[in-house]
Amino acid sequence: MIALSVNGQTHQVDVEPDTPLLYVLRNELALNGAKFGCGLGQCGACTVLLDGKPVFSCLVPVAALGNRKVRTLEGLASPDGKPGPLSIAFEAEQAAQCGYCIAGMIVRAQALLERNNRPTEEEVRAHLAPNLCRCGTHMRILRAVRRAAEMMGGGVRAVAEQKP
Amino acid sequence: MSGPSRRAFLAKGALTVAFALSRGAAAQDADVLPALPGDLAKSPLLDSWIGVGDDGQVTVFTGKAELGQGLKTALIQIAAHELAVQPSAVEIVTADTARTPDEGVTAGSHSLQDSGTAILNAAANVRVLLADAAAWHFAIAVDQIDLRDGIAHAADGRTVSYGELVSGLSLHVAAKPNVPRRDGGAKVIGENLARIDIPAKVSGGEAYLQDMRLPGMLHARVVRGPSDGTRLKPADVEAVAAMPGIIQIVRHGRFTAIVADDEWQAVKALHRLQAAGWERAGEPLPTNGMRAAIRSMPARELEIFDYPGPPAPADAHTLQARFSRPCLMHGSIGPSCAIALWEDDSVTVWTHSQGVYPLRRALAELLGLPLERVRCVHVEGAGCYGHNGADDVAADAALAARAVPGQPVRLQWMREQEHGWEPLGSAMIVEMSASLGADRRIVGWQHDLWSNTHNTRPTTAGGLLAGTEMDPPFVPPKPQPIPMPEGGATRNSNPIYALPNARGTFHFVERMPVRVSALRGLGAQMNVFAIESFMDELAHAAGADPVAFRLAHLEDERAREVVQTAADRFGWPMRGRGTGFAFARYKNLASYCAVVMEVRVDRDTGEIQVPRVVAAVDSGEAVNPDGIRNQIEGGIVQSLSWTIREAATFDATHRTGFDWSAYPVLRFPAVPGRIDVHVIDRPKQPFLGAGEAAQGPAAAALANAVAHALGIRLRDMPLSPERIRAAFRPAPAAPRQAAG
Repeated sequence: MIALSVNGQTHQVDVEPDTPLLYVLRNELALNGAKFGCGLGQCGACTVLLDGKPVFSCLVPVAALGNRKVRTLEGLASPDGKPGPLSIAFEAEQAAQCGYCIAGMIVRAQALLERNNRPTEEEVRAHLAPNLCRCGTHMRILRAVRRAAEMMGGGVRAVAEQKP
Repeated sequence: MSGPSRRAFLAKGALTVAFALSRGAAAQDADVLPALPGDLAKSPLLDSWIGVGDDGQVTVFTGKAELGQGLKTALIQIAAHELAVQPSAVEIVTADTARTPDEGVTAGSHSLQDSGTAILNAAANVRVLLADAAAWHFAIAVDQIDLRDGIAHAADGRTVSYGELVSGLSLHVAAKPNVPRRDGGAKVIGENLARIDIPAKVSGGEAYLQDMRLPGMLHARVVRGPSDGTRLKPADVEAVAAMPGIIQIVRHGRFTAIVADDEWQAVKALHRLQAAGWERAGEPLPTNGMRAAIRSMPARELEIFDYPGPPAPADAHTLQARFSRPCLMHGSIGPSCAIALWEDDSVTVWTHSQGVYPLRRALAELLGLPLERVRCVHVEGAGCYGHNGADDVAADAALAARAVPGQPVRLQWMREQEHGWEPLGSAMIVEMSASLGADRRIVGWQHDLWSNTHNTRPTTAGGLLAGTEMDPPFVPPKPQPIPMPEGGATRNSNPIYALPNARGTFHFVERMPVRVSALRGLGAQMNVFAIESFMDELAHAAGADPVAFRLAHLEDERAREVVQTAADRFGWPMRGRGTGFAFARYKNLASYCAVVMEVRVDRDTGEIQVPRVVAAVDSGEAVNPDGIRNQIEGGIVQSLSWTIREAATFDATHRTGFDWSAYPVLRFPAVPGRIDVHVIDRPKQPFLGAGEAAQGPAAAALANAVAHALGIRLRDMPLSPERIRAAFRPAPAAPRQAAG
């Protein structure tokens, strides 16, 4: 049995130690947020937070997690089930077409806004670069991140502010 | 997510029961009825489309599928509007061979036109029946009845609910043509109703086929070589079958699938079988690039169009140019997946195929089952953008499930399998020639096009990968061109401009060096890229403004308004360096779309930045304007990725673009700064599909903007950094066509 902490809960799973975290989240814990996209760390559909940092869960063997805490899209909601600001903002901006990439987008954007809720537009784009969207929903995704940044007390700046 | 069982569905009772029990007979009544709009003509019975439960719950049935284009929401809006109910009172059942009308394939921007129009008219019919029933119920004239929010109100204040009214009403009747639309009352069509599928998608709900978990579900992987035209060398199957968790290795002919308890165990077994190596099974692939190969292969010449006019005068100024597009990938973000359950000599397949009915026919043949023993249920997957691996994986899953009756089997392709085996969008070459007369107008036009078919969607077992792997194999149908007016490779090759003395010829290449099929828009993106690039070249030669030059050749009033709107909203007359314009009406039958694009090109790196895009679109009556904007924005970005970045690559033995590193697509830092889409609403005009309207204009607007920025015309896609750099520093021995 392997123990792991996901969204504040500890789970024991009976899987082979090289099983990628993504397969454990989806098949053992029945969490839908992280998606299988490539299994190669190239598309970001499987993005989760490990101790607050975005990682490709398709590349992380579950036995390599150690004590690091996993957060998925589901874990961004408040304990009473209210969706997190990014989920609300993505819905408000209708920022999805097929939506298969969106969970990964939200989780990666969460990592940025938790660290810096006043990023520049350029920083947002650079930060989201590892995640692919094939429907071309990028403009709406960027709008949703801007809206979420404002909901979190910050905002996305058009250009970098001049340093004094 | 597993979908309500047939029993639970029947238990819901009321009007849909009659529909469900008599579906088989229903379609045959069609030929005795007058022409009905949309797909009502194919399925004229009202209860094929609309059910009203005795609790007042409205159910809409569509044979089309939600592909992320917002179909469910738009169809709910249409039904809710005509029936005078809240959208929240409407549920929708999409493509399911046991429950919905056969509407073929969800493709070609046809859904609103075919299914939306059918549901609009069916709902209007049902509304009239409800109003008549209410009038009878109150014994008053029907003009004294007001329908709103699912309740019939009599002028004297009495009310009766739709649920009560339906108990004495049969919807198992044919629709009448020309039933008037609802007038007045709350408006639902034209509102930006929030998409019903988005909440689950942004919160980790069960939104996709990939999220279905059926009791006792097993996991499977199919075992193939790296790409189409290859096969694996013999491997130690016995050893792999003994690996932990492996339940069965399913083999029929060359078809091989691994069924396991656990998904990761199946993946590890797959890797072990693949480790034996592979070899090319078919003829070697052309090494001089797919475009050059297509151009030089034997072709059947087909006339596309022939507009009359006097021959161009001898002193006319004639321009010639050749444009090309490589093979492109659909590149779904989620690899294809299906779940199949084999029980009592019947199979149910949950699939994200675009065509559950054609797939059902192909699967029945593959599995040797009568049609009624195969059910295909559409469940949303990742966006497909045309014929990808969805149908093939459904067949793979069905074959795997047959080996383990009673247990659902989920089979998902690996990323490399999707890249290696999905049918590609066909490579295309367009050679154009046109002449300008003394008045600087076009006096002659010739469009020559070389390509493979753009449709190998399965309708028989031979159209499925697994079918070709059986022993003996099912034979793929002979590839055929799709005739105009919709066309395949030829789609949008007929210019919308009023041109005299204009001809188009399709050089149809039957032999397919690689597996190809329908990619969003089929030939439209390439033909519009070529025509609209060439229009700019002609405008330049004529010394005319590109927008004015187009308007001078454009008679269709709606087309002119779209062109003018895009130009005005962009501020065209004041444009700076690096701006491009392009326009098309998709298929010359669907949405009108004009795109204006501003680019900056870095001459050192060859990278293109797109600070600003403005688009105007006329999709007829706009059911959900924000949904249209979403489709147009997406079409522009996707087409920019195709046009700037993408090309499928090959060596003599296989595809070499096996993942996102070897087949790069546009990422966030390169997407436009902003995109503004202006929707021109045309109330009461027919719905025109918008899903594929923007790809052609976006590609050509980019090429025109790059030409405007650099003074150099690039005619071969992709307009990659390498091509742009090469345009400034041409290598002495640069090949005419790049590989791919």
